[in-house]
Amino acid sequence: MDYLNAIVAFANFVFVPGFAYGAQLALGALGVTLVYGILRFSNFAHGDTMAFGTMFVILITWGFQSVGISAGPLPTALLALPFGIVLTGVFLLGTDKVVYQFYRRTRVKPVVLVMVSLGVMFIMNGLTRFIIGPGDQRFADGERFIISARDFKAMTGLKEGLAIKTTQGITVITAVIVVALLFWFLNKTRTGKSMRAFSDNEDLALLSGINPERVVMYTWLIVAALATIAGTLYGLDKSFKPFTYFQLLLPIFASAIVGGLGNPLGAIAGGFLIAFSEVTVTYAWKKVANYALPESLAPDGLAQLMSTDYKLAVSFVILIIVLLFKPTGLFKGQSV
Amino acid sequence: MSMRNFLLFGFVAALIIGTGFLQSWNSALLILNMGLISAIMALGVNIQWGYAGLFNVGVMGFVALGGLASVLISMPPTTEAWAAGGLRVILGLILGAATIVAAILIWSKMRAGKTRGFVVAAAILLGFIIFRTVFDGGVAAVEAVDPAATGYLGGLNLPILISWPVGGLLAAGAAWVIGKTALGLRSDYLAIATLGIAEIIIIVMKNEDWLGRGVKNVVGLDRPVVVPKEIDLQNSPSFVESAASWGLDPTLASTLYVKGMYALLFTVVLLILLWLAQTAWNSPWGRMLRAIRDNEVAAEAMGKDVTARHLQVFVLGSAVCGIAGAMMTTLDGQLTPGTYQPLRFTFLIWVMVIVGGSGNNFGAVLGGFLIWFLWVQVEPMGLALMNLITAGMADGSALKEHLLDSAAHMRLLTMGLVLLLVLRFSPRGLIPEK
Repeated sequence: MDYLNAIVAFANFVFVPGFAYGAQLALGALGVTLVYGILRFSNFAHGDTMAFGTMFVILITWGFQSVGISAGPLPTALLALPFGIVLTGVFLLGTDKVVYQFYRRTRVKPVVLVMVSLGVMFIMNGLTRFIIGPGDQRFADGERFIISARDFKAMTGLKEGLAIKTTQGITVITAVIVVALLFWFLNKTRTGKSMRAFSDNEDLALLSGINPERVVMYTWLIVAALATIAGTLYGLDKSFKPFTYFQLLLPIFASAIVGGLGNPLGAIAGGFLIAFSEVTVTYAWKKVANYALPESLAPDGLAQLMSTDYKLAVSFVILIIVLLFKPTGLFKGQSV
Repeated sequence: MSMRNFLLFGFVAALIIGTGFLQSWNSALLILNMGLISAIMALGVNIQWGYAGLFNVGVMGFVALGGLASVLISMPPTTEAWAAGGLRVILGLILGAATIVAAILIWSKMRAGKTRGFVVAAAILLGFIIFRTVFDGGVAAVEAVDPAATGYLGGLNLPILISWPVGGLLAAGAAWVIGKTALGLRSDYLAIATLGIAEIIIIVMKNEDWLGRGVKNVVGLDRPVVVPKEIDLQNSPSFVESAASWGLDPTLASTLYVKGMYALLFTVVLLILLWLAQTAWNSPWGRMLRAIRDNEVAAEAMGKDVTARHLQVFVLGSAVCGIAGAMMTTLDGQLTPGTYQPLRFTFLIWVMVIVGGSGNNFGAVLGGFLIWFLWVQVEPMGLALMNLITAGMADGSALKEHLLDSAAHMRLLTMGLVLLLVLRFSPRGLIPEK
C-alpha cells in the first residue's frame, strides 16, 4: 500500500484532466443556460458556435504566427482570442437580426425556435467546414507543461509523476476570471440586472421599461464570448475538429440541465459533475488501485467501468436520471 | 387530391424520369428506391411532428436499429461463436437487465430516505460487477471466433422481409424508453434526449463487435425472396431472351429488373403505411391528437391523457423510422455503422417534412422524394459550380484546391438555408395541412 503514489496517480489521470474538462463544459453550459434564460429556447447551434468562434481564433493565431507575434510561454491563441470573440459576436448579432428576431416578434412556440437553431447550426457547421475543413487542427504553441511528469518525479522522488499541461492551467485560470466577470456583470451592473429581471419575469421587466432588444443584444455578445473562450480552451487542451464540437452538445446540455436550465451557478456545478463522472467512469483504475489496496486485493483487469468510447453515454445516463427524479435540475432552474 | 398536389407529384416524377433519360435508368431507379425509403422516414417523423408536435432529433438512431434488425434476423447464426460464449453473453445481458429491474423494485418498495438511496446504489454497483464479469468473458470468446470473417453471434437465418417489422419493433422499444423519461416535461427535453440516444445507439453499434461486427461491417445480407440475384438472371435463358426482345443488354436488364423489384416492394410498404397513417389521421384518435397539439391545456381539461397520447404517437412514429431503416439496410445488402451521420439520417429527414408540409402525410411523402432528389443531384451541381468559379484561377493554386475540396460541404449550407427559408417564408410547406 502506497497512498501517496495513489493520490498522485489519481490527481494526474483523473483530477487534473477532469477539472480542466469540467471548466470547459461549465463555460459551454453557461452559454446554453443564458440563451435559455433570456431567449427561452435550447440553442442547438451552441456546439457549432463554439467551433465557429474557435475557427476564427485559429485563423488569427496562424496569422500572428506567420508574422512572428507570440505570447512567449503562453499559447498565441490567447492573443487571438479577443479578435475571435468580436468576430463571433458580430456573426451572432447578424443571425439574430436575420433569423431569430422575426420569431421573437411573432411569439412562436419554443420548439419552433429550437428547429430554427438547428438550421443555424447547419449553416455554421457548413461555413466552418468550408473555411477550415473538417479535419483535425492543432494550434497550441508555447510551453507545453507547467510541470512535467519527469520534473515532478525528480522533485518529490515519488514513482508516479504529476503532469500539468499549460493548457490545463490556462483553462482553469481563464474560466475563473470569466465566471467572476460574468457574475459581477449579472449582479452589479445595470444591464446585468435588467437581464436577470427579464429572465425571471418578462412581463414585469417590460413593464418597468427594460428594452428587450438591448437585453437580447447583450445576451448574444456574452454568449459569443463564452462560446469562443470555451471552444478555444477545449481546442488548445485537446484538438480542434468540427464534428467533436457537435458531439460536445450532449455533455453541454446535460451540464446545463443537471444544474437547472437558466441557472448560471447550476451550469458551473453541472459542468464539473458531468466532467468528473465521465472521467471516473471511463478511467482504468488499475494503477491507482494497485497503490491504494493491499496486494491481495489488487485487481487483475483494468478496473475500468466503461470503455472511453462510451463517455457520451455517461452524460446521457446522468441526464436521464436527472430528468426522471428532478426535472428542474439540482439547483432550481426555470423549466419543468 | 387537388390539381396543385397532382402537379407537384407529377413534377417530382418528371425529375426522376428526366434523370432516366439524361443520365441513366439505373441512377433514376436508385433515386426512386431511396426516395421511397426517405418518404417512409418522413412519414414517421410527420406522425410525431405533424400529429402531435413532438420534436424528435434522433431519427438516425431508430433507423440504425432497423438496420441492426436486418442483420439479427437474416444472417446465419455463427455456431462456433454461440458455442464459445453466446449463452454467456445472453446471460450477462439478462443479469444486466435484472439489475435494473431489481433497482427499480427496491426503489418502489422501500420507504423513502437515505437508506433507500444507499441500498439502490449498492444493488446497482453489485449488479454491474456481476454483469461485467459474466458479459466480458462471453464477449471476448465470441469476438475471438474467426474475427476476420465473423467474430459475432450472427442472426436467426430467417427471411429478411421479417426484419422489416422487427426493425420497427426494436425502434419502438427504444422510443418507449426515451418517451417514458422525456415526455411530459418541456418540449426541448425530448429533443435533447433523442439527440443523445441516437448518438449512443451508433456508438454501441460501432463498438459491440459481438452484436453486429461493429465497424468491420456485415456484408452480403440476403435479398427478399422476390428479388433475384443479377447473375442468376443473366444465366437464365428466358430472361436473356425477353431482355433481347426489349432491345436490352442482359447485364443492364438484370440490374434494372432487380432495382425495379425493390421499387415495387417499397411502394407496397409505403402505400400500406400511408393508408394506415391517413386512416389514423381522419379517425377520432387523429382529431384528439390535433386537439392536444393545438391546445394541450384545453385537451387536458377535457380529460385527455396528454402524456400517454404523446408516448403512443412517439412510439408509432419511431417504429415507422425503424421499418424504413431495415428496408434501407436490405437494399444496401450490408450494415455499415460507420456511415450513420446525423446530417444524413436525422436532419435531412426533417428538411423533407418541413419542405413537404408538416401535418400532411402526402406532403411528407412528396418532401421525401423531392429533397432526396436534390440531395443526390446538388453535389455534382456544387462541384460544377466550383469548377466554374475556379476556372479562371491558376492550376495548382492553394485557393482553387481548397474551394474544390470544400464543394462537398456545400450540402450542409444548402440544407441549412433551405430549412431556414422554408420555416420563415412558407412554414406550412408545399402541401399544407388541411
